[in-house]
Amino acid sequence: MLTSLLRGADRALLRDVAALAAGIFVAAISFGAIASAQGVPWWQSSAMSALVFAGASQFATMGIMTTGGGLLAGVAAGLILNLRHVPYGMAVGGIYWTSLRSKLVGTHLLLDQTTAFALAAGDDRRRARTAFWTVGLTLFVTWNIGTVVGALAGQFIADPETLGLDAALPAILLALVIPGLRDKRTLAAGIVGSGVALGTSLFLPAGLPVLLALLGLVVMWRGGTKEAR
Amino acid sequence: MTMLAAIFALAVGTYLIRLSGPLLRKRMTLSAYTEKVVKAGATVVLLALTVTSTFLVEGSWAGWALPAGVLVGGALAWKRAPLAVVVVAAAATTALLRLVGVA
Repeated sequence: MLTSLLRGADRALLRDVAALAAGIFVAAISFGAIASAQGVPWWQSSAMSALVFAGASQFATMGIMTTGGGLLAGVAAGLILNLRHVPYGMAVGGIYWTSLRSKLVGTHLLLDQTTAFALAAGDDRRRARTAFWTVGLTLFVTWNIGTVVGALAGQFIADPETLGLDAALPAILLALVIPGLRDKRTLAAGIVGSGVALGTSLFLPAGLPVLLALLGLVVMWRGGTKEAR
Repeated sequence: MTMLAAIFALAVGTYLIRLSGPLLRKRMTLSAYTEKVVKAGATVVLLALTVTSTFLVEGSWAGWALPAGVLVGGALAWKRAPLAVVVVAAAATTALLRLVGVA
């Protein structure tokens, strides 16, 4: 009974990871294709995917570098986009903070999607750990193969926007945060935070608005003191 | 050559950023309540990332097709549909709207 339940849960996880991997594969092909179209050799875009492994920052840095924006501007834009991994690591870092090897590899696999899957597992630490590693390793392989495919053959592949695939990745993240948002105060913090992020997106560089969304957490702090009283 | 320097700098910087979260966490004594707030913090950042990348593309209005697709996907996820259904429905909605000429 218990084993069949666990096997069922694992199948559900694998099915979800497959859907995510398909979306990431398309994004990776776009990345490789855009880099090649800008004259970047395939081994450089592939090295970037393996060593950086953070999609949005790769697009940003590559875009600025290939349009003559300069080293400093390119790297700074990418790093600012990646600052959101600090709150991610604080929330789910405990999952892989075990052996040295697990720490070193787990750190490289800290992503929007590994964080979201681990959070969606709730308080079940075993499920969170399984989800983090399954998603992280699958996406690492998918992202890197997709980059090479896109870099070498990207011009033969249909435009992802025509297929509506740019809606896939935000929809997946939304689906994964929904369990967390069933908690009313997290939902309130999320709504306030998203409002702050949208408003500040009009004048701040990409990456900072989503961090300012953390201001939404004041909603929880006030709720907390009320409870304490 | 500058591209290689950029890749290397971004890789090292990103790794250090990823490393800092768990290290900060170790320095704090987390009560059950702060643990809850820290987890909510990551959820809030993920939601804000979703919302901004749904409504804005490179800092300006994304058009109707993209948010419509993401919202359809989100509604299905709220109804506990599997992720594959969410993805296909979101992409299909956005693609169909674009096909009939809705940006």
